[in-house]
Formats: sequence, structure tokens, C-alpha cells
Amino acid sequence: MSSTDSTEIAKTDDSSLVSDSDKSLSDSISKKFSNVEIAYVKPDRIRVNVKKEDIIDVASFIRDELNFDHAESVSGVDYPEDKQIEVVYHLGSYTDQSLEKKILALATRTPREDNPNPGNDSTKLPSLRDVFPSVSFHERECFEMLGVYFDGHPDNRRLLLPEDWADIPPLRKDFAIKGR
Amino acid sequence: MSGQVYPKDTQTLPGLQLEKVDDRIMTLNVGPQHPGSGHMRIILKVDGDYIVHCDPDPGYVHRGEEKMAEYRNYITNIPHLERPVIHDSCNILYPYCLGVEELLGLEVPERAKYLRVIAAELNRCVYTEYWLGIYGIFLGHSTMFMWPVGDRELMIDLLDKMTGARVTHAYFVPGGVRNDVPANFEDVCLRQVNYFEKRLKEYADVFYDNPILISRTKDTGVLSREDAIKLGTTGSVLRASGVDFDIRKKEPYDVYEELDFQTNVLKEGDSYARSKIPWLDMLESCNIIRNALKKMPKSGSVRVKLKPKPKGGDTEVYRRVESGRGALGMHIVSDGKPQPYRIKINVPSFRNLIAMPHLLTGEKLGNLPPVYWSLNYWPVEADR
Repeated sequence: MSSTDSTEIAKTDDSSLVSDSDKSLSDSISKKFSNVEIAYVKPDRIRVNVKKEDIIDVASFIRDELNFDHAESVSGVDYPEDKQIEVVYHLGSYTDQSLEKKILALATRTPREDNPNPGNDSTKLPSLRDVFPSVSFHERECFEMLGVYFDGHPDNRRLLLPEDWADIPPLRKDFAIKGR
Repeated sequence: MSGQVYPKDTQTLPGLQLEKVDDRIMTLNVGPQHPGSGHMRIILKVDGDYIVHCDPDPGYVHRGEEKMAEYRNYITNIPHLERPVIHDSCNILYPYCLGVEELLGLEVPERAKYLRVIAAELNRCVYTEYWLGIYGIFLGHSTMFMWPVGDRELMIDLLDKMTGARVTHAYFVPGGVRNDVPANFEDVCLRQVNYFEKRLKEYADVFYDNPILISRTKDTGVLSREDAIKLGTTGSVLRASGVDFDIRKKEPYDVYEELDFQTNVLKEGDSYARSKIPWLDMLESCNIIRNALKKMPKSGSVRVKLKPKPKGGDTEVYRRVESGRGALGMHIVSDGKPQPYRIKINVPSFRNLIAMPHLLTGEKLGNLPPVYWSLNYWPVEADR
């Protein structure tokens, strides 16, 4: 192809692009809570790993003190080797001008069972619905797709899957697509 | 794997709960076959003419895009990831390409960035015209179905010239766009966009200033600014409630920073404002396209060549763009293999779904179509 040219794939080091506001956000979280882990600080993207017991406290702090006012999405990621399922909340802000570009990923992990029984096994997390009402449908999706039960969610019903679905939660890694 | 894993308790299934029959409250299923609901069901409880409870039940067009993406490598994911919203396929591939470029550390050629912006804005017009046509027909305004669907052909024709396909373009690839545009594209594009803009302005007379539309949509389904923020709505729903938030301005990607355009914000928060924002956005898209055509480099490469099966690093990215319905994000988790470990497609329709029970509860049943369609909700996209 004439319109194509070949360039070397090079990893760019973006640590120099991280602004002071990103650092101050992550510092204020690590100062307030001793047992949270700041996984990374990239330009406008911060990730905070917390234990599931602390998630409501940390989320309330992020909402009240750091002005993140809504959750954009809730992603569940299955890690069968670690016997854990990770849930990542992507938090954003509409009201604070300085935070509009930023996404704060708040991640937590819950034990994973090989023979899941959604809702009745140890795969449970506290719901963040009282802190961020916008997670309501996202947590319902996460419950049926990965089998993570959200304690305190008033509406833990199925959402997208068919009524007669009787298999394991489909986004778990041990659920295989036919022919693959 | 088989066997009963989920409890066989019908209480957990939407619409299947056993309830005592009430002599006042009636349960009404809108959809999934009803053409006025899209491919979804809304379970309503009505007291006379008023909706007292609303339970949206999506999932009838769920296709497991996120699961499929885990089995395919970064390049072969392109054609199927655009399927959730084929009328806006460039905008759903946009965050994916931005994310994969971040994972692979690619720098996109300048001309490709402009071509992407032009394709994305053309696609926004294609999607919005389709939506506007449906909005018109469900309010009983058949002219407003014919006109947008007819004018939409102008934009489809341009995308056809650019990408070779009328819909499902698969035009965006990590590292640029699939191919360059034909030689006379700039002139044709400018001419058709100018005519399209002229047509758009005529919509005001027949639709937006029409007293019948105004009487049906003004002050129905009012979403306050506080609720719009709290519920995490996005796109036209958010901007109709007075929040100035457009990813193209707030977190500019590719060349949006260099282009001159406005974001449209209205304060009312009712169905009328929500139906007007996408139309104003289309007029702004025409400005963006003209501006981009002027600033675009006249020649140059449009694509970075990749290795056959590129591998992402052991990290994750979250990128978002402003699609025809609102902020569309992709959370891509990579474990250093040619396939993504997990992709979460965070679609605006699913985010705006939460506003549906909020707005419809307490509303008159007759106001269901104007409120439902003003949410700019695309069931296929919401289900993924």
C-alpha cells in the first residue's frame, strides 16, 4: 500500500506528563487512608486499589472531599489464577472544572469460587449505590455477568441475560464460547 | 459447564414476579415486540392514565460483544466491535482505537487524525438523522421521518466514498484509518455538507417550531441538573439539563483541540430540550467538518503499519470519546497477549437507562414516546 509507512513501535514514557493535580489527588487519598494502594498515576488517569471492607469509606471520601460526583462504569474482571474477581469503578466529575479530564479508577477484589452460586457464595462486595446512585444498573450487570453479589443493592435482579439462563456467569474465564 | 447455577427463583427475573392482582394498578408490558419501544421491554404499572412504576428490561439484543472480544486479537476485533451501533460505527471504534494505540504506543499520522474526525462527525449526523426520523414518526409526524431519512443519504454517500461501505464501515484501525479518501473527496464533501446544513435549518420550521411538537414535549419528563449529574447521565441528556460537558471539548482527542466549534447546552431539561440538542449538534458537526477539511494536510500517510499480531503491555487503559449519544468509553485490560484480557464497552445508552424509570414514574402514559425517545436511547448499543 502506497499510503502506508512503517514505523517502529515504541513505548512512550508518560511519567513526565503527569501533572501536579494528578499527584495531589493520589497523595490526598494515600494520606487519608493508610491501607490503600495507588496502582498508577498516569496523565488524567489514577487507579486506587482498596480492600473491600474499605471501599465505601474511600468512595465517600472521593465523593465528598475530592468532588468526583458520578460513576461512569463498573467493569468486572475475572482472575481465575488468583481466585479473585476484580471490580473497577470509573469515577468522573461534571461539577469540578479541574477534574473534568480525569478518571479515577477505584478497584477492589472479592474471592472467586470455582463452582459459583451467584448470590449465595462468598463472591460478594458492598454496593456503592448509596454513594454513587449511577452504579445501579452497572452493578446489576456485573452481578449476572460475573456473579458478584452487591450487598446493600436494593435491586439485585438479573438484567440482560435470558430468563432461562442456567449456566455459570458468562464473563468468567471458564465460560467458553462454543467452537473456541 | 451445565447445571442450574442461578437460583430458579422467579423473584430475581424482571417481569416474572408473582404479585397479588390489584383492583387499581394494572401492569403493562411495552415491548419487546412493540415498535415504539425499540428492542426492549418496559414493564409499567399504571394507575388510570398515570405511570406509577417503571422497570426497564433490556437484553433482547444482547450479543456478547465483550466476551467475543476476549477471543480475537486487537485487529480482528475491529469489524465486530462496531456492531452494537452500526449507524455510529466510527464513534464506537474510536475509543477502542485510541485505547489500543495507547497500549501499543502508536503515533497516528496527522492526515489520519483529520480523516477520523471527519468520519466521526459524518457518522454522528447519520446516527442522529436516523434517531430523529424515529422520534418524528413516534410522535405522529411522518414528514419528520421522511426528511431525516432522506437527508441521511447525503452523509451515507460521503461515508461510502470514504470507506467503501454504507454502514458498518470498519474504517478506524489502531494506527490510523484503513484507507485514504478518493482524489476529489474534499470538494464533494464540502458541497454535500453545505447542502445538508441548509436542509437541517429547514427542520426548524416543520418540526422544532411546530406547536404540536412543543405541546407534546415541553415540560414533559423534566430532568433537573442535580439529578442529571447524580444519575451519571451523558451526552444530549446531560447537556439538555444545563451541564456543559462534551468530551470533544473537555478531553480533546486527535485534532478536536485545533478545531473551532461550540458545545450546545440547554437549561430546561425537558423532552423538547433533549430532542433539540442532537439537532444543534448536527449543525455544529457541519462546522467541524468544514473546519477539518480546511486544516487537513493535503497528502501524507494515513496509517501506521503494525506487526501481524501486536501485543499490548501488561496494563490497562480507559479512553472515551463523544459519540452521537454521549460519552463512549472503553476499558481495555491487557495481559501482554495478542488478545485483550477484558474489554468493557461503556456505552452512553446503558448509562442513560437509569434516567428512564426516573423520568417516566409519575408521567402520563401518553408521554411515554416523547420521553423515551428523547433519551437518545439505542437498545442494541445498551445491550452490547
